[in-house]
Amino acid sequence: MNQPQTTVSNLLRTSTFRLAVIYLALFAASAITLLAYVYWNTAGFLARQTDEAVEAEIGGLAEQYRQGGLPLLVHTVIQRSRDPGSSLYLVLDPAGRVLAGTLDARPQVEPGPDGWFDFDYNRKTLDGTEVKAARARAFYLQEGFYLLVGRDVQERREIENLITNALIWAIGLTVALGLVGGLFMSRNMLARVDEINRSSLDIMGGDLSQRLPIAGTGDELDQLGRNLNAMLDQIEALMTGMRQVTDNIAHDLRSPLNRLRNRLEVTLMQEASADDYRLALEKTIAEADNLLGTFNALLMIARAEAGSLRDSMSWVDLSTTLHDAAELYEPLAEEHDIKLSLDVPEKLMIWGTRELLSQAVANLLDNAIKHGLPTDPEGPRTIEIAAVPEMSRGVKSVALSVTDHGPGIPEDQRQHVLERFVRLEASRNTPGSGLGLSLVAAVARLHGGTVELDDAEPGLRVTLLLPVSGR
Amino acid sequence: MRILVIEDDLEAAAYVVKGLRESGHIVDHAADGEEGLTLALSSTFDVMIVDRMLPKRDGLSVVETLREEGVRTPVLFLSALGEVDDRIKGLKAGGDDYLTKPYAFAELLARIEVLVRRSNPDQVRTRLQVGDLEIDLLARKVTRDGQEIDLQPREFRLLEYLMKHAGQVVTRTMLLENVWEYHFDPQTNVIDVHISRLRAKIDKNFEQPLLHTVRGAGYSLRAAD
Repeated sequence: MNQPQTTVSNLLRTSTFRLAVIYLALFAASAITLLAYVYWNTAGFLARQTDEAVEAEIGGLAEQYRQGGLPLLVHTVIQRSRDPGSSLYLVLDPAGRVLAGTLDARPQVEPGPDGWFDFDYNRKTLDGTEVKAARARAFYLQEGFYLLVGRDVQERREIENLITNALIWAIGLTVALGLVGGLFMSRNMLARVDEINRSSLDIMGGDLSQRLPIAGTGDELDQLGRNLNAMLDQIEALMTGMRQVTDNIAHDLRSPLNRLRNRLEVTLMQEASADDYRLALEKTIAEADNLLGTFNALLMIARAEAGSLRDSMSWVDLSTTLHDAAELYEPLAEEHDIKLSLDVPEKLMIWGTRELLSQAVANLLDNAIKHGLPTDPEGPRTIEIAAVPEMSRGVKSVALSVTDHGPGIPEDQRQHVLERFVRLEASRNTPGSGLGLSLVAAVARLHGGTVELDDAEPGLRVTLLLPVSGR
Repeated sequence: MRILVIEDDLEAAAYVVKGLRESGHIVDHAADGEEGLTLALSSTFDVMIVDRMLPKRDGLSVVETLREEGVRTPVLFLSALGEVDDRIKGLKAGGDDYLTKPYAFAELLARIEVLVRRSNPDQVRTRLQVGDLEIDLLARKVTRDGQEIDLQPREFRLLEYLMKHAGQVVTRTMLLENVWEYHFDPQTNVIDVHISRLRAKIDKNFEQPLLHTVRGAGYSLRAAD
């Protein structure tokens, strides 16, 4: 895999940059449309006004010519030429001499098909002459006389130029700013994606404690990062759980395996009778069975903790489950002169697996019967099984408890006994793998619940708080 | 009876074959799925022991094919996969029982004997009898030597199961699975206590014991010869 880098080609490939370009094109198109409209309304308006003014003047002069012939026309032109303004006139005789007007000579420009033409002329000012732009129409009268009527359009030209320049600049700036902005935005985006990529590479490299950076802006990238981080937390927890299981298996299966092997070796070394061999073999089988029990319990815990058993969940009547489990253990309890009392309402449905819930309750009852005998001979010889529907942090739950009246567990060791393989000193000599309570804890977690141990004064109460819907 | 063992682990197979032969059965062995299927289709067996994971054709597919061909021979699956799902898959494919490795040989033997008996059931009976012990499944009444014996519902189911398999060995795990419908082994052997309770009710005041403990295997309900 390539190390991600912020290069220009990378930049051009980012989706942000592509978006920026698309927006830019749209924006430029609308700006051009808008500015074209402005141009038509300003420069176009001025041009139309000029042409109309010239046409009006031509109309006026035509009227004069019709009434008084050439002399009146020349007269009017001479008079109008005296007025300061932007109107331009020229009357020439057939020989080309100037009879009247503001121009010195006939402009050397051929008129367009509509009779209009644009030209430059010299205008007298206080300090000499200046070249100005003009627009005019020209006519030939009878007898070859020439008439030109026009207008100085220098100012208009300048305004038009101004507007055109402004439009070009505006479009140019829009494109440039959009481009820079797009680049900047995608660069920012790319830098954050790069960071995420780098962190992912580290994580893939095996550093599971790494997390993706969160910018704190709460945007989509942050949300993505947060979700991925939650996923990583889950993976890390599973990995840690895995490692713990392997460690525990290594630790707690090796020693009995070793014992088993030693016994077989020693039996082989000495001269033994057939009966001795039989005895050794029987002990070996018993030990192997114990090992298998431990192994199965470990597997069950691992499976419950991995959460893969969630697929096999359904609605379970906890009430029936508890009655069945109590019924299974009742004769054993009676053998120890202990009474099982049940306080469970009918039809207590929860989302879970009957098999695991049964096993958890069976383990609790097993423990209660094994370790819950009252130390005081006058003490109550009962084990209470109760299930109470209740709300826990706004979630409909069931508090399932098994209470004995034995010696209990000292407060500082209560959390400890939920861990794997923990057996308190006092119970070293009773059989058991030390996995009973950790399976209970794993089952509770699988069902989205918790386990609590407390003092039943005297005795131990184990309470499973299980959400009804399994979450 | 004639038993077909389809198992690719040759050492495990040798052990099963030897154990079954010593118990007086005729045993054929196939080392892969194809061979097993051919054998199963070409001759008749009373029961088949099929490993779930086999080379060439896996156990599930062997049994599915057999069932499609109309072979109804009871099948016991052996598997190292012990999850509830795997068990259900095995039973859906047409298996009749499922045993997770590692297992005790006594367990295997007890289960196949029960399977064979089940595959040729007498017509559905409402009354069962072992010696002078009688059970009426409809009236839910138990009598021995004409005396009525009062049983709890679960004790009744336990006795019913034992009576249905009278003369056979029934293991603790089989009782847990069939009478209590649990697929786990409780840490303490609670079944023994239930059995001794039942024994106290049906055997205590009578001369001939009917409910026997089979060492290293389980229990058996049978009348004296």
